[in-house]
Amino acid sequence: MPGALALLLCQGLAGAGPAGEGGALLRGQALYARCAGCHAIEQNRTGPLHCGLFGRRAGTAPGYAAYSTALRRSRIVWSERELDAFLRSPLDQVPGTAMGYAGVKDDAERADLIAWLKEATRPGACLPKP
Amino acid sequence: MRGQDIVLPIDPQGSRRRTLLQGAGLLSAATVALLGGRPALAAGLKATPAQLEGDARILNTALGAELEAVAAYQVGAESGLLGAGTLKVAQQFQGHHKEHADALAAAIAKLGGRPVSPKAGYAFPVDKLRNELDVLRFAAGLERGAVSAYLGAVPLFADRQLAQVAGSILADEAMHWAVLRQALGEVPVPTAFLS
Repeated sequence: MPGALALLLCQGLAGAGPAGEGGALLRGQALYARCAGCHAIEQNRTGPLHCGLFGRRAGTAPGYAAYSTALRRSRIVWSERELDAFLRSPLDQVPGTAMGYAGVKDDAERADLIAWLKEATRPGACLPKP
Repeated sequence: MRGQDIVLPIDPQGSRRRTLLQGAGLLSAATVALLGGRPALAAGLKATPAQLEGDARILNTALGAELEAVAAYQVGAESGLLGAGTLKVAQQFQGHHKEHADALAAAIAKLGGRPVSPKAGYAFPVDKLRNELDVLRFAAGLERGAVSAYLGAVPLFADRQLAQVAGSILADEAMHWAVLRQALGEVPVPTAFLS
């Protein structure tokens, strides 16, 4: 686990409490289990890898070729805001996406998931193995 | 193993029957029953072509995940890390995923779609699988993710009977997850609700 992320998670475990940043990351990490049917941080699977997600144009994960035409043409560049909208309802945000998932409807859950993804996918915290 | 051993009840006749059906290139009786009498699948009567195309896209994503699961259980089975009892259960679960894949591919074809094929290779974290518990934990993570994936797909189907098929698969994969958790020494059913 990357050092900074491990430290934050430890702070959450050590008593920063569920309201702290460490708590958000812990919850976000747990929420990522919902994504694990199709995604991984460092490997392309049924869905693309997430390492390096923020700032990347949608449809361009290294080594992943199974994107829908809709996502490739979406012109989305992944940011917290774009990810929040997409995760709320992928098919409303990008009709025709292959991500046939209703979405993470709870605002707080999305915020926690995005907070964790931002840490876990940042350059240096993960190594793409496409 | 830290938790309880998992032992597969002996059902040689059922297994042989399934093998024969699959070997002949036919769908199992359960699959045929799941797909039987699906009006929208048969004639597109309940949903528009665009909606059915959307259903096929969702099913194809699920098919990709099922094919990955078949490959993942193969990695586990060939790892040499599983005890005899666990290996039998893993092979049974792999058989379920093969049946799911067959059912999904048939449904996609009926909808006029083109089922995805297995990938030439999968990037599994094999370097992290050092003992039976590692393999079980890896499989449990995939099954838990699959439960969420199907939960997220069920509300999206234009054909509600396809949602029922997805629900049936979801139930099976939730049972896999619970059995794997039990074997890992974890609470097999940790919550009343899953997301």
